[in-house]
Amino acid sequence: MFKTMKVTGLLAITILLHNAAIADDRAVHMITDTCVACHGEQGNSVGPAIPNLSGMSPNYMMAAMLAYKYDDEDKLEEVIDSDSDFEDVEIFPRYSTIMGRIAKGYTEAEIKMIAEYFSGLTPKFPSQSYDSELATAGAELHELHCEKCHENEGRSAEDDAGILAGQWKPYFLYTMSDFISGERAMPKKMKKELDEIADAVGDDGIKQLAEYYASITG
Amino acid sequence: MKKLNRRNFIKLGGSSVLAGSAGLSIPNIAIGATKKVVVIGGGAGGTIAAKYIRKADPSIDVTLVETNKDYHTCFMSNEVIGGDRKIETIRHTYEGLKKHGINVVHSKAIGVDVNSKKVITESKDSFAYDRLIVSPGISINWGAIEGYDEAAAEVMPHAWKAGNQTALLRKQLESMDDGGLVILAPPGNPFRCPPGPYERVCQIAHYLKHNKPKSKILILDAKDKFSKQGLFTQGWKARYDGMIEWVPGADTGGGVTSVDPSSMTVSTDFDDYKADVVNVIPPQSAGKIAQIAGLTNDSGWCPVDLGTFESTIHEGIHVIGDASIATGMPKSGYAANSQAKVCAAAVVASLNDLDMVDPSYVNTCYSLVAPDYGISVAAVYRLAEDRSSIAKVAGGLTPSDANADALQREVQYAYSWYDNIVADMFS
Repeated sequence: MFKTMKVTGLLAITILLHNAAIADDRAVHMITDTCVACHGEQGNSVGPAIPNLSGMSPNYMMAAMLAYKYDDEDKLEEVIDSDSDFEDVEIFPRYSTIMGRIAKGYTEAEIKMIAEYFSGLTPKFPSQSYDSELATAGAELHELHCEKCHENEGRSAEDDAGILAGQWKPYFLYTMSDFISGERAMPKKMKKELDEIADAVGDDGIKQLAEYYASITG
Repeated sequence: MKKLNRRNFIKLGGSSVLAGSAGLSIPNIAIGATKKVVVIGGGAGGTIAAKYIRKADPSIDVTLVETNKDYHTCFMSNEVIGGDRKIETIRHTYEGLKKHGINVVHSKAIGVDVNSKKVITESKDSFAYDRLIVSPGISINWGAIEGYDEAAAEVMPHAWKAGNQTALLRKQLESMDDGGLVILAPPGNPFRCPPGPYERVCQIAHYLKHNKPKSKILILDAKDKFSKQGLFTQGWKARYDGMIEWVPGADTGGGVTSVDPSSMTVSTDFDDYKADVVNVIPPQSAGKIAQIAGLTNDSGWCPVDLGTFESTIHEGIHVIGDASIATGMPKSGYAANSQAKVCAAAVVASLNDLDMVDPSYVNTCYSLVAPDYGISVAAVYRLAEDRSSIAKVAGGLTPSDANADALQREVQYAYSWYDNIVADMFS
């Protein structure tokens, strides 16, 4: 009898633990599972025009989602100012084709959830073709103009920098074109560096950087 | 796999009784409690439901029953018809799903015993389930258009299930002479992929414009309006001006009512039309097995609880994707993907005696007007409080004033969307 009870107890604990593990992240997955059919399992996109989300800084991700959600800049500022969780979120309005339509469907609490989930995942560097000559030139530009903020050859998400290493090339080129056209806002120091790159090598600079970041596969 | 013969049947049925009488009831809970889920249909919904159940709870035994070893996605199949894409690139296998520990069975599900909770396959195997997920897609309503049967579809392809039909329609377009007439006959609502017929028109026009520019496309619609209508009409004018004529339901008397493949003629209540290529997209219902299992109502589709996708007709059976009546969501591949994830969560919750979390749904659908001209519709949905609809909370269409760069990007996003959704399904 005693033996049976012991077994029952153990079994109950096992079942409880099992259920707790399942229960814990179910609400998170219900939301993040809506992202991954486009952005890839664990936020590692296998489609080159759609960005990887894995390993991003949570502040960077929240800034993106909030900017997509609130077209009105005053409203965006108000939302960010009114929530201490957004304390370190910077206001950078950004252009999109589809994300502006989608982000409006998520609450601030869900945006935090999404940011926390994807920031905790490990980026998987896609294997991309690249031009090694351009990549070498891009490496020099990176060292000179980008490494200070996008550390460790652009792998780092420290200080809420966007991850550049191993990001998809077409996505990177779209993004840079949006920064340069002014469709997407950027920090002043980044604008300064981009201007310097343009002065030094013209439009080729972005192309070289794209090849360089595509060349980093781990 | 259990063969359905008398000996095994008894053994199966008797196992718990035997274990119980031997006084091993406690360990038996642990061993005998392996929960079984069977998924019928390895398309946009079924693959995802099977995989996401295993991801959420690897202790659940999941069997996926799918007739075909190769699967052709309907999404991007219009590009095959237009000629810019090879059919091999929309063909996928189930090898990747096996790595998730899913038991993939290639046979046709021909019956469901809802009382003893078993799925019967054409190979005479039987699969017991605690929960069944039915994701069979559509079946064609043969005979709904007079003269349109399976033989007629070999002459006038529907190409509304991708594969041989897709290749056939492509071949017919290739064989057609310049100056030919292509007729498309889209059905009334509801049907699989609401923007699909009109994207197909774009893809056919794209091929004809560059190869047979004197040809024309006539759309004899059953409806008076259609998905992304403003954007498609704008795209047709911008890229294929003068090549496409759309006749709404009001002027066709509700669309094509009969066909005569031998004379390549289609008829409405008002007129007869002779064409060189005819693409009939006939009315549809839930996939056959859903009908056999008694999961459909008078509409031919399957009523479900919108928060769990559990059938409102048979307890313990869920229906997702095109076959379900997912009030508020379109019958699209991406909707099926999203519904499958909600359904998987509901099944895992139920098998673990947990409450279901609040569901969240999304749909994203791209249409390719031309190789540098893409348009989209996207929406995020929540379950209405009274569970009567999957209510859209945000979303919208490509703006009508989108610039060339945005339209070009949407094509690239569509391709990457495809890469990711296919990876979600098959790897």
